[in-house]
Amino acid sequence: MSGTRGRRYHAAVWDEPLVHELGHPGRRGALVPGVESEVAAAAGDPLALVSPTARRRVPPALPELSEWEVLRHYLHLSQQTLGMMGVSLFGTCTMKYNPALSESLTSLPQVREVHPLQHEDTVQGLLEIVYRLDLVLRELSGMDRFVFQPGGGADAAWLHVCMTRAYHADRGELAERDEVVTTIQAHPCNAATAAAAGFKVITLPLEEGGRASLSALRSAISERTAALMVNNPDDMGIYNPDIGDWVESVHSVGGLCFYDHANFNGVMGKLRAADLGFDACMFMLHKTFGAPKGNGPAVGAYGCTERLAHYLPGPLVTAIGLDGKPDPQGASFDLPAFGRADVTFRLVEPERGVGRVREYLGNLPQVVKAYAWVRAMGADGIGEASDLSVLVSNYIDARLRSVRGVTRSNPEVGTHRLEMCRYSLETLAQETGVGAVDVQHRMTDFGIDAFWLSHEPWIVPEPFTPEAGELWSKEDVDEWLDVLALVCAEAYEHPEVVRTAPHRQVTHRLDGGALDDPARWATTWRAYRAKRPAS
Amino acid sequence: MGRLVGFLVNPVAGMGGRVGLHGTDTAARAVEARRRGGSPVAPLRSARALRRLASSRGADDVTVLAAPASMGAVVAASSGLRVRLLDVGVGNPTSAADTAAAAAAAAGAGADLLLFAGGDGTAADVLSAVGRSIPLLGIPAGVKMRSGVFAATPEAAGDLAAQHLRRLARVPDGEVLPALLTTAEVVDAHPADRMHGGRSHDADALGERGRRAGEWAGSDRAVQTAQPAVEPGPMANTLIGVALVPRADDGRLVGTKSSTSLQGGTALDTLAEAVASELDPETLYLVGPGTTTSRVLGALGLEGDVLGVDAVTRGELVGVDLSEDEILGLVDEYPRTGLILGVIGGQGMLLGRGNQQLGPRVLSRLSPDDVTILSSPDKLVALRPALLRVDAGDQASFPWLTGYRRVRVAPRRYMMMRVDAA
Repeated sequence: MSGTRGRRYHAAVWDEPLVHELGHPGRRGALVPGVESEVAAAAGDPLALVSPTARRRVPPALPELSEWEVLRHYLHLSQQTLGMMGVSLFGTCTMKYNPALSESLTSLPQVREVHPLQHEDTVQGLLEIVYRLDLVLRELSGMDRFVFQPGGGADAAWLHVCMTRAYHADRGELAERDEVVTTIQAHPCNAATAAAAGFKVITLPLEEGGRASLSALRSAISERTAALMVNNPDDMGIYNPDIGDWVESVHSVGGLCFYDHANFNGVMGKLRAADLGFDACMFMLHKTFGAPKGNGPAVGAYGCTERLAHYLPGPLVTAIGLDGKPDPQGASFDLPAFGRADVTFRLVEPERGVGRVREYLGNLPQVVKAYAWVRAMGADGIGEASDLSVLVSNYIDARLRSVRGVTRSNPEVGTHRLEMCRYSLETLAQETGVGAVDVQHRMTDFGIDAFWLSHEPWIVPEPFTPEAGELWSKEDVDEWLDVLALVCAEAYEHPEVVRTAPHRQVTHRLDGGALDDPARWATTWRAYRAKRPAS
Repeated sequence: MGRLVGFLVNPVAGMGGRVGLHGTDTAARAVEARRRGGSPVAPLRSARALRRLASSRGADDVTVLAAPASMGAVVAASSGLRVRLLDVGVGNPTSAADTAAAAAAAAGAGADLLLFAGGDGTAADVLSAVGRSIPLLGIPAGVKMRSGVFAATPEAAGDLAAQHLRRLARVPDGEVLPALLTTAEVVDAHPADRMHGGRSHDADALGERGRRAGEWAGSDRAVQTAQPAVEPGPMANTLIGVALVPRADDGRLVGTKSSTSLQGGTALDTLAEAVASELDPETLYLVGPGTTTSRVLGALGLEGDVLGVDAVTRGELVGVDLSEDEILGLVDEYPRTGLILGVIGGQGMLLGRGNQQLGPRVLSRLSPDDVTILSSPDKLVALRPALLRVDAGDQASFPWLTGYRRVRVAPRRYMMMRVDAA
């Protein structure tokens, strides 16, 4: 522990106000000269160019700051983020470093400056990248067609329930098929999107072996089943070996099967959704495929088999050969040279598409970054990354088992876990009163990013879910584990220190209660002022 | 104005846990726990809770009304909080009757909250003495804590007590704000032991509800399955009653081990309203015991008996706390019968504990589709293993009772739970 870099850490402390609380009335960054009278006379009233319904009656209450005040404000904020300064094993999110090379590609004018309404002849290169990533994902999943429109994993799950509705409606069975089956450890958006689409949700609990049972599934499904939506492995790193039988059972009653690949990192290149019989699947480009995640645009790449493809939301990018026939290459990982003269890329609308779930082709810069990532990794590299992430996960497991106060989820399941596993600090909490949230806070005092606890509901008490993926070095993983062990030991010796953490951060604990209190929550500056006049 | 917190400790609670006993809720078990080298757990854990309360905002306004000696005063004295002694005597060794007496004294002295340290047995004793006249909050210090009155950790109990008292300070005196309080089930295991294993207090001290629990447990079948006092045996929870508890606005205060969350029941009310709105007018509905099922009656504007089996049809209560014969009589009068059951937390009992009125004679009149099971998802998720249990008395006659069943957890959400014979 003595060699741990994090022990010398202290966050920059600016206690930076909100930008609204800075500046002064009338202060400006740049003064724009007024319109010259000749120009004004020629152009007429600029307000007349704006529809009366879109005109503000009063100017927006924007902060008024000089340029350098703005710069200083954001510089302070940037110094207060942990970002890549710490070590982040933020499980279930598969946080990956986003290579600078990928960033630079999306800064190219051919990507950055295109307009979604440009004629397709002028963006052939970009369309080809979309098409090529589609081919790669087909290879990784066995599916027949991908679309990148969904703006995230939940959006892709939503697309699946829309596709499910369309499929059953076409067969005249939608009224009878009003149930979606999922498991308690599946990506929570599966249950949520199914419910939002009007389906009843049947959830299977974890049973023997730390997973939902085939017999529970068979009892749950019937001619009312519209779809099965699951992950495999789940957030506890446990793979369901019966998954083929699951899919077969659901198909036998006429339901569709959706494989949510939120936890793909441990099985990349090891299995293919279509080979297991699934009708559709989803990859998160913003986590598994090296594109940025968090508060920005994301992509839930949704793929399906031929039988569902005509319900996909358009436009889809299709390659047209000289003979005028689509898809001349077919699904092949051996990509031909870029910019072939005998192939053009066109946008087509599927016959009975469910309609847009997002604008245009989705968040294209993410698609470009993901394409750069798969080409940099190569097919072998993707499989190797998977091996590495499982190896690191089991290394973490071995070390965590010797930390006092830590237990592994489903302790009765003695087998190795795949990538990512959930642990519990329940013993620590019972013996010291220090819970997972306290430990999470205290670890940031050592320059470790706050870890991820668990999806809701908490099946595992006082949970935490570390995930290193293939990115972090052994030194970084060891440092993370050293700090966790140190904080747990500290909990036994000086519980107050941990319970009152963080001590070396900018802000002390936030009042989380306001998040659940409509009288206090505030998502805008205006609401903040209205609800907390004293602040 | 200052706030009063009743405080009592069951000094032998939790001693059995590390020496292989299921609890110390009989005098014989407490002696055995000591013999096996068990050491007091409750004083230390309750001290942790009081320390937390003492360091909270507003602690200066708090006065602890402590039970004497090892039942509270010793711990309270070193907490840094202002302490007054409750005017009750305690025996040596202390007994369940002492717990009940101290709890009653705290309620009588006008305490705003009763903080007690122990396990399910202690919770049952406290509830029997004070009912819903005062909110309760348990400091987890026993071996079994399946009741919903317990906070997850001693510190969480201290935090929640402090939060509740601060909230009370903002409310005009004498005004009870429902928003500050909710209800939680108190359950206890080994009812047969309690009746036949020589527990140091008698049925009178349990109060009316306790006697009823005893009556259920005292049926012939329960006697046959009674375990020797110090042998680990199958756990069988019984719903003892429903306590008033402070509402926590941070779910993390409560461990998933607890059978009913200290959270408000908004989600369960939504479920209850959905169930109530879907009741068929031609059907007689039998509503089993528990707070979850009682919400269905509540949604209809009715009040039944939360510990008994009630009957409702066409929005009207046609029977309260029914016996098996009364149930059968009603079933004969209606063309169809439905059964609405809750899950007893901790062990996931559906039938056979606390609802023996729904015995083989009643079940033989029902088919699988007639039974609706309701629960909060939290309660199901906390079950280890994920299993519901029934003890229908004559299991072979009702194969449909076991196997996988849907439990409704929200208006349009279900959990698929395995049901086994207990």
